[in-house]
Amino acid sequence: MKNNDARVSHTITMQYTIKLLMLVSLLLPPAAYVSAQISDGGEDIAETLEAQRDYTTATFKTTRLINGHSIENTAAGVLDFKISHRFGRIDGGLQEWFGLDGATIRLGLDYGVTDWLTVGIGRSSFQKEYDGYLKAKILRQTDDNHMPLSLTYLGAMSVTSIPAPALPAGQEWHFSNRLFYVNQLLIARKFNQWLSVQLMPVHVHYNLVDTRAEPNDVLAMGIGGRVKISNRVTFNAEYYYQLPGNQLNGTVNSLSFGFDIETGGHVFQLHFTNSTGMTERTFVGQTIDQWNNGGMHFGFNISRVFTIVTPKEFR
Amino acid sequence: MRYTILIIIILLALPALAQQYSTRTGKISFFSETPVENIQAVSNQASAELDAGTGKFTIQMLVKSFRFKKKLMEEHFNENYMESDRYPKAVFDGQITDLSEVTLAKDGSYPVKAKGTLTMHGVSRDVIIPGKLIVADGNITATATFIAKPADYKIKVPSLVRKNIAEEISVTVNLILHEK
Repeated sequence: MKNNDARVSHTITMQYTIKLLMLVSLLLPPAAYVSAQISDGGEDIAETLEAQRDYTTATFKTTRLINGHSIENTAAGVLDFKISHRFGRIDGGLQEWFGLDGATIRLGLDYGVTDWLTVGIGRSSFQKEYDGYLKAKILRQTDDNHMPLSLTYLGAMSVTSIPAPALPAGQEWHFSNRLFYVNQLLIARKFNQWLSVQLMPVHVHYNLVDTRAEPNDVLAMGIGGRVKISNRVTFNAEYYYQLPGNQLNGTVNSLSFGFDIETGGHVFQLHFTNSTGMTERTFVGQTIDQWNNGGMHFGFNISRVFTIVTPKEFR
Repeated sequence: MRYTILIIIILLALPALAQQYSTRTGKISFFSETPVENIQAVSNQASAELDAGTGKFTIQMLVKSFRFKKKLMEEHFNENYMESDRYPKAVFDGQITDLSEVTLAKDGSYPVKAKGTLTMHGVSRDVIIPGKLIVADGNITATATFIAKPADYKIKVPSLVRKNIAEEISVTVNLILHEK
């Protein structure tokens, strides 16, 4: 190019080109300076990283708070095997080994269809109940607080399989008598590293209730949360307040306290609760034992996860 | 003649504009090998910038962008080990020290060293990482494999899982840098 210049430098065209180039050269240094500035601070890299910081993670350690659900879903392609026990009343004393002699049990399988949809099935020993649910994320809290809350819908249904009661002649026992339905919203916010709070309004429908005076629909407001004690241990609390005028006879509100302890592939949840059921229809609307007269129960949930579908990065 | 000098100056200035190479989809993976289990994680979201004039080289990534085979492991990695909420980024900031031996105009593979500071989990350490710059089709691919020890970065491994997590973790970097 320089050779070319030498040859034609006296032509008018070239003089014009050179003037143009001089003009460009005036612009060049600032341009180079600007680009050097960006690279010095790594600012555009930082901006890219900020844009990546999106959804808040680990609001709770697992998909259950204590008895009820948390806004956490089972990850896509992951199967979670849940083993849950609620033992007898602690005031059973030595004779009942403080309740440990008797237990109600739920075995469950939860599967993450996508990161926002979990489906689950379970079988409880109390009234030999089968349950199924689906849980869908509607809103997800973001780290930048653009979305301050997470919102999840839970829909569940269950059916008992104990033998039909003996009925007077002429009366029929319908299959539908065995059915229960649950609609619940989970609204949660992870305030910081150590504190997450959740509200959980819930509607439970009982197809059959004991007396004509009792409502078929129980409405309750749940509130709960967790405080992180260490990286691997949290303290949880959960309370379901049944709205007055909408509860079954002889029932009380469910109150539970517990710890989540995480070890490698397991999460252990150990707790004390006055509820013995592990489906919404039992612990929200059919809790009968009371904390203040020894009616508390020790219980645990153990979660073991299995990766069914390998994430695409590892295929 | 003075025009010729001007043109030479301009020609010298021009490459200054074309010296920035960068990526936002750099691949960084690590591998922990023990007799009990092997753990692997990969991120395809590392950002990097190389100034081919000065040799200044920066890599930044969000620790949360690492993907694991097991989702629970990923959560534990962020919650318990890297504490990603407190220390969201991992950063290398330094220099390619022997860039003068790399001919960017010519395709080829050049062994180089990156000297600088590696920061993660809130701990900064001076490191020298040997790697390669591969020039092809006007892009520079930077690759390196090096060892990082969790203990050096104050990443605590509880005794219960000490057999599952290697004391020396092998980190692999693969960045395809495009001219800006």
